[in-house]
Amino acid sequence: MVYFIVLSVFVGIEVIGGVPTVLHTPLMSGANAIHGVVIVGAIYVMLNVNPDNTLALILGSLAVLLGTLNVVGGFVVTDRMLEMFKKK
Amino acid sequence: MKTNLLEVCYLIGSITFILGLKMMGNAKTARKGNLIGAAGMIIAILGTVFLFVKKDENGVADYNYSVPGIVYGLIGGAILLGTIIGWMTAKKVQMTKMPELVSMFNGMGGACAALIGLMEYHNNIGHTGASIAIVLGVIIGSISFSGSVIAFLKLNGTMNQPIRLPAYNIINTIVMIGVFAFGGYMVFNHIESSSVLYALFGCAIIYGILFTVPIGGADMPVVISLLNSFTGLAAAFGGFLYDNKVMLTGGILVGSAGTLLTLVMCKAMNRPLSNVIFGAFGGGGAVATGNSEKGTIKDISVSDLAVLMNYSKKIVIVPGYGLAVAQAQHVIHELELLLEERGVEVKYAIHPVAGRMPGHMNVLLAESNVAYEKLVEMDDINPEFEQTDVVLVVGANDVVNPAAKTDPSSPIYGMPILEVNKAKNIIINKRSMNAGYAGIDNLLFYDPKSSMFFGDAKKALTDLVAELKTM
Repeated sequence: MVYFIVLSVFVGIEVIGGVPTVLHTPLMSGANAIHGVVIVGAIYVMLNVNPDNTLALILGSLAVLLGTLNVVGGFVVTDRMLEMFKKK
Repeated sequence: MKTNLLEVCYLIGSITFILGLKMMGNAKTARKGNLIGAAGMIIAILGTVFLFVKKDENGVADYNYSVPGIVYGLIGGAILLGTIIGWMTAKKVQMTKMPELVSMFNGMGGACAALIGLMEYHNNIGHTGASIAIVLGVIIGSISFSGSVIAFLKLNGTMNQPIRLPAYNIINTIVMIGVFAFGGYMVFNHIESSSVLYALFGCAIIYGILFTVPIGGADMPVVISLLNSFTGLAAAFGGFLYDNKVMLTGGILVGSAGTLLTLVMCKAMNRPLSNVIFGAFGGGGAVATGNSEKGTIKDISVSDLAVLMNYSKKIVIVPGYGLAVAQAQHVIHELELLLEERGVEVKYAIHPVAGRMPGHMNVLLAESNVAYEKLVEMDDINPEFEQTDVVLVVGANDVVNPAAKTDPSSPIYGMPILEVNKAKNIIINKRSMNAGYAGIDNLLFYDPKSSMFFGDAKKALTDLVAELKTM
């Protein structure tokens, strides 16, 4: 596990290294969309919830909703930014 | 079988995140990279929903368990609603509002991570490793959430003055240590009370607010980037909790990439991160008083400027946040086209921290169809200023302030600047003589080669274009 974490850290650093400043905003926005992967955790919690526990159902649905906003909004807004860089 | 298939989905997800992020580092492949990341995300989400296998307390799979319909209904409903709202907001928002939006979406992710922790806490009391991951997820997720909301309000202009309690640095540090100590207490004493858990959640929210509130608007990009990596970290704790590889890779990737990006941004401003967080200027604390013999200020009329530009060979435009605020990115492109038609060479000089986010100006100008090749980065344009006839500074200030090079007492001393004072004529468009974001007087305005072109950027440039057309 530790091995895995350390490797991921290095991949993250390696991937960002040498990016032109021009792309910092879209990159930040793209990274923002990727951490929306928390939604996977939210869905997992939801699937394990006992359906009689109303509070858990509410909190879980809220978590899924917020996670979806992060993912969908993040990717769409990044795409909109990058669309503008694509030039004739 | 199902479990193996799910692992494959997560592996695909992880690979697409890495590839996507890598491709986003290059202008040509960036868009594709984003889409690849999105595709990987969809696979990971679908896999989680459809390949779910319930495990009992000992981690043994129970293949006979079927998820109740209401749960699927709620998940489906939440995803559908989130997709519609997220999609609409992201499509509709104006380009100048982009930084706020990124901040908002980041806050949503943080809140999501915090909620997961709140729900899982009671299932894991006594398991030290899992409890630590949960508590850290709650704390960091909440800080990221409330911090992002404050950042959103600041960028939005709702809250533009930095609010500083006396000795806020000490207070903030104490609160931070307190929050983590509180979390540690809960984990090691196996606290079961829900109200204590919610109190921890509340404290972390308050810390997020305290952390962001004293930081000035100009430093918000750095803060957003930092909070972005916080959310990544919170997601990674979730991955640790469930031994979920895609959450781990995604989270850590963003955590480390985000931290590095934050440092790169700070470097572009030539300020250490600690300086941003604990604040030196940002909100205009100490205003450097320039020497008394500043000289006089000239201003220039629209018609004179039009003549000057019409007969120039080479013009460099320096855009700043003022351009974005005035929504003048379209009219400036019109000006550029008009001048090019008359045989004038026009380029844009982009300072790394122009605007409210690095690259903000590029996005804005790209929106109004300015060619990517016309945007020149600082190091490449600086040697060209000597052969430039006219530099037009629109709504930028600190990034062209020569004090950064010449005055060691200036708060921005050492920040790399655009050396516009080497050009033959300098035209500065500003609304008034107010100082820039850093609250520092700009000696460039008093340069004998400088002329002020007062007025709202959009209106002034529209007048200029109209004037040029008559010639």
